[in-house]
Amino acid sequence: MSTAVTQLPGPAPATTVPMLEVKDLVVRYGRGRRAATAPAAVDGVSFSIAPGETVGLVGESGSGKSTIGKAILGLQKVSGGTISYQGWEITSATATQRRDLGAELRAVFQDPNSSLNPRNTIGTSLAEPLRLRGIAAAEARVKAEDMLERVGLPREAVDRYPSQFSGGQRQRISVARALICDPWLVVCDEAVSALDLSTQAQVLNLLADLRDERGLSYLFIAHDIAVVQFLAQRVVVLYRGQVMESGPAAAVTENPQHPFTQALVAASPVPRPAEQAVRREARESLGVRTGAAAVPAPGGCPFRLRCPLATELCATERPALRRIGAADVACHYA
Amino acid sequence: MIPSMAPAPADQAETTTAAAAPARNAGRAAITKLSGHRLFASPGAVAGLVWLAALVTASVTAPLWLPFKTEDQDFTAVLSGPTAAHWLGTDELGRDILSRIFAAAAGTLGTSMLTVIVGVGLGTILAMLAAGAGGRAEGVISRVTEVMMSLPGTVIILAVIGAVGTNIPVVMAILGILMSAGIYRVILGQAKSLQSQLYVDAAKVDGASPLRISLRHVLPGLANTIVVQAALIFAVGMLIQAGLAFIGFGPPIPQPSWGGMIQGASQHVYDAPWMMVPTGAVLALTVLSANAIGNALGKAPNAAAPHLPSTAARRQRAKAVAAIAAAPVHVTKDGAPDGETAVGTLSVRNLSVGVDSPGAGNGVRLVTDVSLDVEQGTVLGLVGESGCGKTMTALSLLGLLPSGVSVTGGQILWNGRNLAATTDKDMEAVRGREIALISQEPMRALDPMFTVGYQLTATIRRLRGMGKGEARKEALSLLEKVGIVDAAQILKTYPHQISGGMAQRVAIALALSGNPKLLVADEPTTALDVTVQAEILSLLRALVKDTGMSVVMVTHDLGVVADICDQVAVMYAGQVVENGRTAAILDSPRHPYTLALLAADPHANHADSMPERLATISGQVPQPKDWPAGCRFAARCQFAGSACLEPVPLLPSGAGEGLVRCVKADQLAVEGMDWLATDVPASRLLEITPKQTLLTEKDMA
Repeated sequence: MSTAVTQLPGPAPATTVPMLEVKDLVVRYGRGRRAATAPAAVDGVSFSIAPGETVGLVGESGSGKSTIGKAILGLQKVSGGTISYQGWEITSATATQRRDLGAELRAVFQDPNSSLNPRNTIGTSLAEPLRLRGIAAAEARVKAEDMLERVGLPREAVDRYPSQFSGGQRQRISVARALICDPWLVVCDEAVSALDLSTQAQVLNLLADLRDERGLSYLFIAHDIAVVQFLAQRVVVLYRGQVMESGPAAAVTENPQHPFTQALVAASPVPRPAEQAVRREARESLGVRTGAAAVPAPGGCPFRLRCPLATELCATERPALRRIGAADVACHYA
Repeated sequence: MIPSMAPAPADQAETTTAAAAPARNAGRAAITKLSGHRLFASPGAVAGLVWLAALVTASVTAPLWLPFKTEDQDFTAVLSGPTAAHWLGTDELGRDILSRIFAAAAGTLGTSMLTVIVGVGLGTILAMLAAGAGGRAEGVISRVTEVMMSLPGTVIILAVIGAVGTNIPVVMAILGILMSAGIYRVILGQAKSLQSQLYVDAAKVDGASPLRISLRHVLPGLANTIVVQAALIFAVGMLIQAGLAFIGFGPPIPQPSWGGMIQGASQHVYDAPWMMVPTGAVLALTVLSANAIGNALGKAPNAAAPHLPSTAARRQRAKAVAAIAAAPVHVTKDGAPDGETAVGTLSVRNLSVGVDSPGAGNGVRLVTDVSLDVEQGTVLGLVGESGCGKTMTALSLLGLLPSGVSVTGGQILWNGRNLAATTDKDMEAVRGREIALISQEPMRALDPMFTVGYQLTATIRRLRGMGKGEARKEALSLLEKVGIVDAAQILKTYPHQISGGMAQRVAIALALSGNPKLLVADEPTTALDVTVQAEILSLLRALVKDTGMSVVMVTHDLGVVADICDQVAVMYAGQVVENGRTAAILDSPRHPYTLALLAADPHANHADSMPERLATISGQVPQPKDWPAGCRFAARCQFAGSACLEPVPLLPSGAGEGLVRCVKADQLAVEGMDWLATDVPASRLLEITPKQTLLTEKDMA
């Protein structure tokens, strides 16, 4: 073994320090004066991921879930709050610090078509993170072949180009690329949304297997609460950049407390016609209004314009997270 | 670009150099990619390459073979035409034109190349810097280049000549700097789009430095544009240089230059017209060559497949329509002739869709033998994975199949009329008025240049022949019908100002403007949030109930099927494998594919009963050219046996009026078999079929 390998992290440490801790994260788009007055894309979000735990981040488009993922990966500038990785603050880590972190904190992105450079062979793409850490080309190639085998692809795939694989295979290659340097935490940003049912199941199984095998932590970002429910132990529900509800996956999805979570869970159709008819009626009786209405003014609860329970209080005072049952809920009336 | 070459198989003979082989293969692949067969596909570009190569060789070796020195004067043959001694004639001082042209060529080509290197190099570096840094740095660089572009180039060049004299390399380098601003503009957009690719994000997460990202991930993607720009700038540089020499700012006098020679010839254009010909032709040919090469390289790789149907494609389609019209009328299953179908019903019989083949033989089939029935006021779901032909089936109902694809057999009976045998022109009367389409991307249905109100009223006026005021009232009522509260306000907005859900409502209103009896909805909710999806599904359900319209709903989401469809047809590899009432099929599926889809769907499980592993289907949907004669699902089926190698007909499934295409359906139903979420054996996962190149047995070994 070359000395370079020692730079790669070993097995996850058995400490009580959270793998990832996000505190009061605020992200505003734009620069200078415009950013100061712009509504926050992420507004005071806090959550943590324990070692070996999978946390799901759910919300509609524009809820800021991908922005949080990008902020953690250093791809998005943070306007406020802190992000700590294993107790080490990385909110505004320098490029060099990010480079050291690059082996431990990895990502799988949504679009399998653009997450691999079409001009590079699979081998080149897989070896890149290893080569950046000074591992010799020959050794990196062997590791790449091993990893391909692990995700169910032939070793010969190293010499092929991404265009020669289907979407599901490419997503498995992306997973291989994320896991090739034995990370501790993987951010999966809509990692299975673009896939067909059967390939989606393959990738979900693969992620679950690798987690059990290596004790990985995942931040699993998705719009589909059922997909999150398969993989995650805890779920954080976002609406317009704020946490509406967070708690154990079963509690949040089976017995949602926040009106938005209720609407989100009820809207997800199940493939059983009789049950779906009941769910549909239940959803229609919730009285949640269409989301297309005007953007709410800052301050207060962001969901109030659609919420059946909203009162004047909701327009003036932002509800704090409070414990209801097993979950934390940000609602005055839940 | 997709590499056309098959990946080199691991050579058995070269096992000892196996480690070196991939690098060499990659190098070879890069060369193949860069040079591109595109260049060699264009005769003009090949001729241009040959000409340039010959010119460069001739000018470099000029001292070795030129018959005369450039200053040699032959006073016996002044202003002569081509002779045995002077192949291309002589000028006013009796100097050999051939010798002077080639003696000048090296300098002309070389200094034009200098313009290219400075201009394209500077432009590319600035563009990559700006795209990589973004924000303020990009703003500063862009402003500077804008200032450069607003400077009068000719004046600056003349000023430079005034200052440094006719030092051609310096002048051409300055010209390159002036041109770099334009190149920066061209390349910046592309560099920015490459910077926003996810693989660049992935490299950033890896900790790659901005320089590494620019060189490894951005520059290769720009190579094509850079080469094209270089070829064009090369031509422009040569012309400008000749122009400068023509007005007297060429190399000092005895030294030959193309522009100077043309200028000399222009003074003898009446007494010795030939003198203009050789130099003019060489200059013109060289410029043309550079442009031809640039054009060939710049042509989009898919330019051969235009989006609009070509005349040939249209003729092909007309022929297919005529053939179908001439085919004997099928008699429906229950013996009723097709003329008796009720109003508002669709009945598709044995529909086949295929790729048009240029020859006489049959092209690849995409949909085979599909039969569907949609009764008035009901919703039929077409469900399956991508590549199963469900969208092709849906588009054929509207006569909107993409160019190069047409209906090759069967009937589409709409109110008793066979739409498959209807000409494009007659289909225009059906489309929008009787059958309308809503697509997956609502924004695509709307033109960003016009307000929602304009688009809606224009469509209503066209389809219903209404006046302006009347159409506006109708537009308002349509928007209210699709659940838009502030309809008057929405009419005034542009498509980009509304949300995706709102846009889909507007697109539905647009589809309803011709009062259609059948709505074809191609994945109408896939791009929307689940909460919005639920609202759109409720809206569609209400519309079906209120207007008695029928819907064909293409979707991959079994939950959507359960929510809205009365009937469902499960498609696999271009066939219907199971159809019938939605409740019957989803609650007790008979075909293994339906069984497997349900088992793979995480929505089918409750949180407390979520399995450790989801069921999967090994392999992938086969490509149309690889469809076997027997059951098309057999290769991926957990229950497949030898009986599955024979073609399987659609047979009554026993439950209600449903049909199923599986020889083992009855046996599976009796035994109550489930699609198991097994650990997929590695051997089966290895059965990959890459999209472009099929693996050979040797590769797999």
